[in-house]
Amino acid sequence: MPAKSAGLVSKAFAVFAKDIRLELRTKYAFNTILMFGVTTLAIVSFSLGQSGLPNKLLAALFWIIIFFSAMAALAQVFIREEETGTALALKLTADPNAVYLGKLFFNLTLLSLLTGIITPLFFIFTDAPTGDLWLFILVLVLGVIGLCGATTLVAAIISKAAVKGTLFAVLSFPILILPLIMLVAATDKALSGAAFSVIAAPIQGLIAYAVVMITASLMLFRFVWRE
Amino acid sequence: MFKLTADNLGKRFGERKVFSEIAFELSTGDSLAVTGPNGSGKSTLIMLLLGYHHATRGEVGFHEDNEPLSDSQIRSQTSLVSPYLNLYDHLTGEENLTFFATVSGGHVTGKRVDELLALVGLEGRGVDMVGSYSSGMKQRLKYAAALLNEPAFLFLDEPTSNLDDRGKGIVAQIVEEYRKKSIVVVATNEKEELSFASQICRLGQ
Repeated sequence: MPAKSAGLVSKAFAVFAKDIRLELRTKYAFNTILMFGVTTLAIVSFSLGQSGLPNKLLAALFWIIIFFSAMAALAQVFIREEETGTALALKLTADPNAVYLGKLFFNLTLLSLLTGIITPLFFIFTDAPTGDLWLFILVLVLGVIGLCGATTLVAAIISKAAVKGTLFAVLSFPILILPLIMLVAATDKALSGAAFSVIAAPIQGLIAYAVVMITASLMLFRFVWRE
Repeated sequence: MFKLTADNLGKRFGERKVFSEIAFELSTGDSLAVTGPNGSGKSTLIMLLLGYHHATRGEVGFHEDNEPLSDSQIRSQTSLVSPYLNLYDHLTGEENLTFFATVSGGHVTGKRVDELLALVGLEGRGVDMVGSYSSGMKQRLKYAAALLNEPAFLFLDEPTSNLDDRGKGIVAQIVEEYRKKSIVVVATNEKEELSFASQICRLGQ
C-alpha cells in the first residue's frame, strides 16, 4: 500500500523527471530541435553574411528560427506517449493536471536549452547588437514560456492525428501569431538598447498571454487528454 | 464496500452496433468474466467501463458505501492489465513501478517494489530496461504495476496473453486473491479463464 499521498507538485515532477530520463536515454527531441535550430541559423547567417541587417529584421529571423525549431520537437512530448502505447497507462493512473504541468516543464526545459545554445550563436553569426542584454533575456524567457504554454496543449490535441507534424504547425500558428508579433517588437527594442518604459507594453502583453494560455490549457487539458 | 454498476449499456461505432443492454451490479468480492467471439466488444466494454470510450447509451457507476466516486478516486482505485497497455521501454522495471506509484498519488518503497517483482516472478530483473524484456515478462510487469495501489477494481483484458505456464499460475493466484477483496472484471476467450469469475457476461449472442 502506498506509504503516503503525493500532491500535484510531486506528481507533476514525476512526469517531468520521467520525460527527462527518457530524453536523456533516447535524445530524440533534443537532437531534433538542436539540429533544426543550428541548421536554420547556419543557412540564415551564411546567406546574409555580416550585412548589418536592421534590428527588426534580425529579431524576426531570430524568432522564426526558434518558432520552427519548437515546431520540430515540442509535440514529441505527447506523440511519443501515443506511438509507444504508454498514453493509456498514463491516463489510467495520473491526474491530467499533473500530466500537463509535467509535460509543460519538460517543453520549457527543452526550449530553454535550445535558446541557450542558439542565442549566443545568433549573436556571433549575425553580428547583432547586444543592446540591453538583460531586457533581451527577459523577452527570451517570456517568449519561451508563451510558446510552450500554447504549444503543449496543441501537442496533446494532435498526438492522435495521422499527420501530426503538419497539423501541429497549422494549429499552433494562429495562436502563436500574436505573441510572435509582440516578441519581434520587444526583441527589436531590446537589441536597440531601448529603455524599459518603451518595451513595457509588449512585455505586459507577453506576460498576460503566458498566464492566459497556461490557465486555459490547465482548464481544457483534461478534456483533450481523456478523448 | 465498493460497487461497479452498468445500467443498460450500449455501444455503436457509426451504424454498427457493438453491444446493447449490458447491465450488471458487482460488489466487493464479486467477479465478472466478459466473453464472446472476436469483435464482439470485450475490450470496448472494458474501456467503456474505465471511462475511455463513451457509451452510446446507459451509464457506468463506481461507488464506495453507496457514494459515487470522483474521477481521482476512480483513478486511484482501478487498475488495468491488457495487451494494448504498454509500460515505458526506456525505463527499468523498478523505475516504471516507482513512476506509476508516484503519479497515481502514492509513494512506493523499494521493499514493496521488490515484493511485487518477486510476486510476478521478475526478481533480480527490476534493474533491466523494460525494452529488453520478453513479451511475457512485460505482461508480468503490468501485473506488478496494476497491484501497486491494491486496487478495489481490477480489470484484466486477455489476462494470460503471452504468459508461459508459470506466468499463468501467477495470474491465477493473483485473481484468486483479488476476487475476494476487490471487484475483478476479466475479458477473455479462454475457457479456463472463465473460472476466474463468479458471473459471466456473454457478448455477441
